Amino acid sequence: MSATSYDEMHASDGEVREHYRTFASWLARTPSDRVAHKRAEADTLFHRVGITFTVYGEDAGTERLIPFDIVPRIIPANEWKHLAAGLKQRVRALNAFTNDIYHSQEILQAGRIPAEQVLCNGQYRPEMQGIDVPGSIYAHIAGVDVVRAGEGEFYVLEDNLRVPSGVSYMLEDRRMMMRLFPELFALHSVAPVEHYPDLLLENLRSVAPSGVNDPTVVLLTPGAYNSAYFEHAFLAQQMGIELVEGQDLFVDDEFVYMRTTRGPQRVDVIYRRIDDDFLDPLVFRPDSMLGIPGLLAAYRAGRVTVANAIGTGVADDKSIYPYVPEMIRFYLGEEPLLSNVPTFVLRRPEDLAYTLAHLKDLVVKEVHGAGGYGMLIGPAASKAELEAFRQRILRSPEKYIAQPTLALSACPTFVDAGIAPRHIDLRPFVLSGREVTLVPGGLTRVALREGSLVVNSSQGGGTKDTWVLER
Amino acid sequence: MLSRTADHLYWMARYTERAENLARMLDVNSRMSLLPQGTEILEQGWIATLTIIGLMDLFRQRYDSVTSSNVIAFMAFDRENPLSICSCVHAARENARAVRGTLTSEIWETLNATWLEMRGTSLRSSSEAEVGNFFEWVKYRSHVARGVIQGTMLRDEAWHFTWLGTYLERADSTARILDVKYHLLLPRGEQAGGAADYYQWSALLHSVSAFEIYRRVYRDLITPRRVAELLVLRDDMPRSLRRCMSQVHMHLQSVRNAQSAETERRAGELEASLHFGRIESVFEVGLHEYLVRFLGQVRDLSDRVSRDFLVSAAD
Repeated sequence: MSATSYDEMHASDGEVREHYRTFASWLARTPSDRVAHKRAEADTLFHRVGITFTVYGEDAGTERLIPFDIVPRIIPANEWKHLAAGLKQRVRALNAFTNDIYHSQEILQAGRIPAEQVLCNGQYRPEMQGIDVPGSIYAHIAGVDVVRAGEGEFYVLEDNLRVPSGVSYMLEDRRMMMRLFPELFALHSVAPVEHYPDLLLENLRSVAPSGVNDPTVVLLTPGAYNSAYFEHAFLAQQMGIELVEGQDLFVDDEFVYMRTTRGPQRVDVIYRRIDDDFLDPLVFRPDSMLGIPGLLAAYRAGRVTVANAIGTGVADDKSIYPYVPEMIRFYLGEEPLLSNVPTFVLRRPEDLAYTLAHLKDLVVKEVHGAGGYGMLIGPAASKAELEAFRQRILRSPEKYIAQPTLALSACPTFVDAGIAPRHIDLRPFVLSGREVTLVPGGLTRVALREGSLVVNSSQGGGTKDTWVLER
Repeated sequence: MLSRTADHLYWMARYTERAENLARMLDVNSRMSLLPQGTEILEQGWIATLTIIGLMDLFRQRYDSVTSSNVIAFMAFDRENPLSICSCVHAARENARAVRGTLTSEIWETLNATWLEMRGTSLRSSSEAEVGNFFEWVKYRSHVARGVIQGTMLRDEAWHFTWLGTYLERADSTARILDVKYHLLLPRGEQAGGAADYYQWSALLHSVSAFEIYRRVYRDLITPRRVAELLVLRDDMPRSLRRCMSQVHMHLQSVRNAQSAETERRAGELEASLHFGRIESVFEVGLHEYLVRFLGQVRDLSDRVSRDFLVSAAD
């Protein structure tokens, strides 16, 4: 790992940071065989409960565990306060931006963001133009990826506003920690996260079409072979709502119904975990077997709420990301509380030239990529890989952005050789409805390979319980 | 509830029950193979079992000879056989996985654990003891699954569809197990009512956990007529056709919808015929002929349940 990276547990003089002291002394006095035993127990439990994800590109339906690390990621109260305020501010601005883009486009007229950057973006959905959505909320659930770098300052890495996942691991990791080490929770005042499903349901109900008193909310999943299926089933169960697939829903006279054993039943809010492209084969991809023909018509007629709204991708696209601080200033009249990572947009010739000259120091990402696929980490790449990527960039520079490699902060983590620092990130989940809320915590992902900066579960990442201390 | 959810629950229950009954059915023949008898008789027994399950053709395609170890490999562990115990355990688990949000976590974990253990199992030998243990394990896991369902599930529609699946499957299986005896040959020189015949009937009783029950109820010799009466007409026998059909009828009444009246009537009619039927009339028709007709009626009910509830005709 990089010598300059921020260590979450130890200060530069090697002293344990104050918020980790109680944990460190607990770890020091707990026999290592007890810890080893508990780690094995965690694995067994996760397997039995079936908290698995499906890996694409392997045999269909291969289910794997996401490794769980028992050293928690601890965030002191004051740091969280700052972070939470920054996240809420950011999501407010992103919702205002999306609403603006699909209505009067003032920010484009004001010249704060180049219009063609937005309107020619593949994620811009002209079908959404002029549609009013309840409360003008588009991103009801945002999973904002945050990292710490340098001396420990927070940077937002990306805003996931389409179908962000991972919240089930936040909840299951906490449940697991409490089961394995209840004594730790007596020693710390860890802010609870267990009420997330309640907040989510309340949030979804609050954005039902107007005039619906007791809205029926459903969770729309692509099905049991989707990589995040466990989470879909888990959230539906925790909220006590139906987990539906496209084939369970149909549209009649611009109302959405689900097929039940007692006939059709009206649906008012769809918490969808399917990408825009697959939602309605009449409008988007005609070959989609996952969607509901006629859904968009019902949506336009205001008969059903889709969460997140269709077309939110225009706000979390990596090519739009560099303009988020500008959005905060434009819509809220505030200065951003959280920093963006400096970003080179390769459609700009000067950014392209710089990037090609400094490829080995940069991280290059596909604008539409997700899950750590299609990404180049300059410092870790071989000469051949750099050259291959250079050719890909030259073929279509508009598909890429580049950022300096951040020395992501590191947190002590159990590895084969014992405990060693590994790089981490953080994904808190911000809910927007009648108000903007978030539970104190999030999903901490950890890159288990030494020196690796890729925390995605599909690329060998693990997770940690995330503790926000109340004092 | 969602039609698709009901469908998954129904099939989760059917496959769980099917795995158990396959183990029971194979167990009959395993037990019978302990009798002193020629390989020809033994082979005939396995052929009977495979025929009744409806898998003789698939078996012939995959194996050269009808030996105990081939049949058990085929029926217990062969993933290419959609009706092997292994495939059924997997199908039960996949159906549960598709609706795990509707199930209590205990139910899901039980079915998942059964599958994980099944996947790690292989028979080291086809010795009687090992095969017997495996069948016991399958039955045991099915008991556990039912117990968890019984003990944790809300008594709502999901509950009724789960048991609808269980009892339709069990009715089908008990009828088939009883029919196995029809296809069995007696060793040369043995008479109906002789020792070998007795042994076959008692193995059959054992396989449906009815041997002790038979003794308690009849306190007498094992006769075909009484075995049939116990497994067809008795309401207090948990695996009898009558018991299964009265449960099917009851659960159908609880999930009644606008289009299910005829299905309910047919289930009621079948239940009534078992309720008021006499074993003499069954034997007048012939037990085998009676069972074949019964299986047809169960199949009809299954099709109707699917049509009325599980694949929704809403649009």
